[in-house]
Formats: sequence, C-alpha cells, structure tokens
Amino acid sequence: MNVEQARASLASTLAVDIAAGAPMTVDVPPARWDEIARYAKETIGCRFFNFLTAVDWKEQGLEVLARVDNLDEGVSLMLRTKLGPGVNNCASLTPIYRGANWMERECFDMFGIHFDNHPDLRRILLEDGWEGHPLLKSYAVDTPHPPYR
Amino acid sequence: MALNDPPVPVIPAPIWRNFKELQEWEQLHKTRPEGDKHSPLFESVTEGIHNFPGGFVVTTAADAFLNWARKSSVWPVTFGLACCAIEMMATFCSRFDVERLGMVPWASPRHSDLMIVSGTVTIKMAPMLLRIYDQMPDPKWAVSMGSCANSGGPFRHGYHVVKGVDRVIPVDVYVPGCPPPPESLLNGLLLLQDQIAHFKKTGRRAPANEKVD
Repeated sequence: MNVEQARASLASTLAVDIAAGAPMTVDVPPARWDEIARYAKETIGCRFFNFLTAVDWKEQGLEVLARVDNLDEGVSLMLRTKLGPGVNNCASLTPIYRGANWMERECFDMFGIHFDNHPDLRRILLEDGWEGHPLLKSYAVDTPHPPYR
Repeated sequence: MALNDPPVPVIPAPIWRNFKELQEWEQLHKTRPEGDKHSPLFESVTEGIHNFPGGFVVTTAADAFLNWARKSSVWPVTFGLACCAIEMMATFCSRFDVERLGMVPWASPRHSDLMIVSGTVTIKMAPMLLRIYDQMPDPKWAVSMGSCANSGGPFRHGYHVVKGVDRVIPVDVYVPGCPPPPESLLNGLLLLQDQIAHFKKTGRRAPANEKVD
C-alpha cells in the first residue's frame, strides 16, 4: 500500500484525523491506540517499528508518539495520542510490534507511563530504586540523589 | 498485506544481579577512614624505628627508596568511561608512550596502583566504580580526567550524573579539559609522580602541588 492509498484508507475506513506534513501524522484517540497500530502493521504494511517516545505537555497531559515505517513502499506513519490530563495509562504496542518492548520500558522509565499488557514493564536505563521520572516537566533540575548528587 | 506472525513469547524477567555483595562493599568504603594507606601495626612499627636514635636515617632512606619504586611503576587500571578514554588510549599508545614512565595499562584492578577516571560518572556507574577502586590494593591513587569527572561538566545539571567523581572516591590529580589532550593527561601523570615521590610513610596525602604548568 503506497502513500496515497494509505492516506485514503486511514481517512475512510478508520475515520481518524491526519495532520498535514511530510511524515503522515495520525492523531489517534487513546482507546484506539493498539487497534490503529495493528491496522498500520497488517494492512498498510508498516512492519518496521522506528521509535516510540512521549511528550509532557504539562496541564494538557502526556502525549505518546510512535513512528512506524513501510520500508518497501516508503510509507512513514507517525501515530500520536494525547492521554489527557492526569492520565498515565496507555495501551501497549508490544503484542503487535516486538520492537516496542524496550521503547515502552524507556518511556515508562522517563515519563512514568504505564503500558497495559506490557510483558515486562521495569525500568531499563535508570537503576531500580530510582525515585521519580526525570523527563517529566515536574521533575526539578538538580534533584538530589544521595550520596552522589 | 496480512501478516501471520507467530505470537510474541512471554519471556520471564531475569534476575541478573545480586545487590548484597555490592552493598557490603559500599558499607566497607563508608566505614573506612579516608587516606588509610597502611595498617596501624605497620604505622606504629615505622613510628618506633623513626623515634629510635639514628633510626630516622633508616625510615627516610626506606621512604625515599619505596617512593622511587612506587612512582616508577604506577600501573593504571584500564577503565574507560566515555570519550576521554580515547585520549587516555592515545596517551597509552606509542606516540605519547607513558610506558617510558613505567606505566603499563593493566587489565586487572588487583594489580593496579592508579585509576584514571576518564569520562562521565553516572549515578548507575558510581557503585561499580567504587567497587573497582576498592579492589585495588593500597597504596592507590586516582586521577580525575576531564570536566565530567572533575565536576560533572556539561552534564552537571542532568538528572543522572555524579557532580564530580570526588564524591565517590578520593582524587589526587584533576586534569581539566573536554577532553584533555594526551599532553594534559601526561602532565597530570607527571604531577602525580611528583606527589608519589613525597608520599609519607604514615600514609597521609601529600600537600597540594604548587607546580601547575
């Protein structure tokens, strides 16, 4: 499925918002996050899971981003979902993309987003006893960490 | 393009380290006073010889000889943390050749006298660094190489960086630079040799070196 077909099928069959811009950016409601990722993999053919990250928009809450690619047809798809203020639960993409496993662990590590149905949601970069999630805007600069900071 | 992938296998979480031993090492390091270079018995014996009439000749000559031997064979443990390690390797290689100063990069902390902390020390790495340092036999020295090891450097206000390796281990020579060129590190090692030449039998650290340039 090439770029035009992917755009048309996403707009017609799934009725999601597609933002303008070079990587096709799809605004997904959080309830349909894994459904649309599965559609992207199985129907559009985006088999390559590029990355997954998050943005902290302060009062507006967290936003999860994932980029998946169809390398054969040259289709890039940026999926994003706003979880809403105060929400830190999101559906996991690991049952669909195995590459999402460590990305979601990193996202949990840095932003504290709990991915439901993740097989092994532990910290991946920071040590196990770490307090807080450093890439949140509410995490203060120079937070003490005795005895090293 | 329907893809019939096999289901994702559920891998159990591995238990890949045991904290207990590491915590014991940390506890040992906290309880041991800084600068404890010799045992109290050795210290009292040398003190007795020193106070015996004419005995100071023996102790000072022995000190001078032992310090000459120490400073002529400082073996740094190969411990590279970040980009400074590249400059450290260049210092060890034939162009700058610290082997003419008696320094052999040694791949075991148990045979080494010097730790060159070359690079950013993260909070996760600090206990491992401390563990390697504790495995080195006394007397031992440490050189902090580069801005990151000196103070945290450009990552000082990051969430994961130790603000200077002197919060973890005692440091003898600080080499500035980001990264320091091999000449700077060589100068730092020469300053360290100068410090070792004035190493006292009681194990107290030599006063800060006057010569900077």
